[in-house]
Amino acid sequence: MISASRIDQRFAALKAEGRSALVTFVTAGDPDYATSEKILLGLPAAGADLIELGMPFSDPMADGPAVQASSLRALQQGHTMRKTFELVRAFRTHDPRTPLVLFGYYNPVYIYPREAFLDEAKAAGADGLIIVDLPPEADDELCLPAIARGLNFIRLATPTTDEARPGAVLANTSGFLYYVSITGVTGTATPDVAAVHHHVTRIKKATRLPIAVGFGVRTPEQANAIAAGADGVVVGSALVNAVKDSLGPTGESTGKTVSDVLDLVKSLSQALRPA
Amino acid sequence: MASEKKKSQEAMLNTYRAGPNEQGFFGIFGGRFVAETLMPLILELGRAYEEAKADPAFQSALDTLHAHYAGRPSPLYFAERLTRHLGGAKVYFKRDELNHTGSHKINNCLGQILLAKRMGKKRIIAETGAGQHGVAVATVCAKFEMPCTIFMGAVDVERQKPNVFRMKLLGAKVNAVTSGAQTLKDAMNEALRDWVANVRDTYYIIGTAAGPAPYPAMVRDFQSIIGREVREQMQTAEGRLPDTLVACIGGGSNAIGLFHPFLDEESVAIYGVEAGGHGLDVPDGHCASLSGGRPGVLHGNRTYLLQNADGQILEGHSISAGLDYPGVGPEHSWLKEAGRVSYVAITDKEALEAFQLCTRLEGIIPALEPAHALSFVTKLAPTLPKDNLLVMNMCGRGDKDIFAVAQHLGMQM
Repeated sequence: MISASRIDQRFAALKAEGRSALVTFVTAGDPDYATSEKILLGLPAAGADLIELGMPFSDPMADGPAVQASSLRALQQGHTMRKTFELVRAFRTHDPRTPLVLFGYYNPVYIYPREAFLDEAKAAGADGLIIVDLPPEADDELCLPAIARGLNFIRLATPTTDEARPGAVLANTSGFLYYVSITGVTGTATPDVAAVHHHVTRIKKATRLPIAVGFGVRTPEQANAIAAGADGVVVGSALVNAVKDSLGPTGESTGKTVSDVLDLVKSLSQALRPA
Repeated sequence: MASEKKKSQEAMLNTYRAGPNEQGFFGIFGGRFVAETLMPLILELGRAYEEAKADPAFQSALDTLHAHYAGRPSPLYFAERLTRHLGGAKVYFKRDELNHTGSHKINNCLGQILLAKRMGKKRIIAETGAGQHGVAVATVCAKFEMPCTIFMGAVDVERQKPNVFRMKLLGAKVNAVTSGAQTLKDAMNEALRDWVANVRDTYYIIGTAAGPAPYPAMVRDFQSIIGREVREQMQTAEGRLPDTLVACIGGGSNAIGLFHPFLDEESVAIYGVEAGGHGLDVPDGHCASLSGGRPGVLHGNRTYLLQNADGQILEGHSISAGLDYPGVGPEHSWLKEAGRVSYVAITDKEALEAFQLCTRLEGIIPALEPAHALSFVTKLAPTLPKDNLLVMNMCGRGDKDIFAVAQHLGMQM
């Protein structure tokens, strides 16, 4: 076993506190670098327990319209992988304890190229990776080299992960397991809480890893309902929509962009804390 | 990666036709780079296809449809005036534009709709660029009584109106995709998103020999009837194998269908013709992934892609909506690196000239896609001896393109 990562420590601490983790997703560079940095650095104080930082990609096939648009906003501002690493470094200097996971698609990683990407991600202070289009069958590509560098590789499990595949999905997964609560792309449907709890309970029989549930969680009420049966709740599309709704007429950030996003995080966080 | 390279070299020593391996790789290209939601589906599809392929009843049903519905075999036609005009190789056209629906796309759609039925699927989705694949899908869905949704970039919907209308007549729902550059790449993203959301009852008919395994090999197998027929027909016409094969390449399904049965015939020279757009030296001005791109991962497979230094996919440009795609089938990427097939590019302007030449000399209006292949033939044939037997795949007819061509030539319709 590798020594407990920042992610392991955070989930252990939350378990001791008796509450679920709020995992927040924002896209690096959305709507611009400076605003994105303010949002990212403000997330822990607003109540985010773990952070997923999206690496923008031109073709985000697993994402719905909200995250697609946020990726596009970042790229149109000239965002690059190097700038994502700059954000990670800035975050880590600001906050030594909150785990940060890089979330994205394989091509920009493959092109960086892979080895340099992993070294730089680790050095910048990232704790884990979620690469949507790398299934367990492709573990040689990135997962195993990531583990060798002490980065957690977090996998998605879905309602279609059939009886034969939980084993495949759990092998080499560390940090936590990300349970996708709907069949579909991010932010497009509302999860059925009872079905989610049923699946999470089933997966828990096969693993001791914490399970965070995401895809479609928007409101404090939903977050609270999902949290009752899971170790963490991921909120993403709702946050990038808050970014979008705050923008000015030409898509520029406004005085309320940062506060709108962080206020939503605060209300979600409060919903997950025991009264 | 060193071992991957070694494996691909070992495979090359014996045959070019053994790929892909069990993980769906041709050397380092191909594979199954998809989200977990799709993974069980892709694996199920692979198993179902292997079973169907081994079932004589499946093959026989497909053969019957080819003969009586699609109109196969398509003729192998000696283009006599063009041959005289070029003054070199003896030029033959494989007339896949005479198939029902007007292109080679029906070959693949007939195979996949039979497979979808066999798997008990209730709904079909597909992506389309020029609309040729969309029309072929809508056609087989009408015949087999399956509801279907076709994803098509909004820009393509605009520039391929006749095909959009045909799809609607055939009962398909055409979903105009407004994300990204609103062309084929974005249509494929959207089709994949739909599939992820409707995995249990929906079958995705990918139109080219790309995507996650098993699609590249499955589409190739269904299209290989083109090359198998050419082999027999050339034997009848000339008593031997052809010497030269030429086909256009977007995703590369018509090309791999023509090439694959000949890959192990050392005497056969093979050329794939990509869309050179405004020219390979124009940044983001072409769709020649093999000539002007580099390996990456998109739409479920590793292959040559048009992309910037940061791994963001470029839109590319081609006069032909069917070639307007920033990737290419992974087997072509492998054949390029293995050195078995030569890949070249033809510009918009050159394709337009070939389009007109063919129309006037042979009385055949080619689609803009094979017009690219034809333009390369007009360069290559004069350099070859008169006994060189050259086969070009006329993979689609040009009726759909007359409006775009008129516009480019500045003519009033």
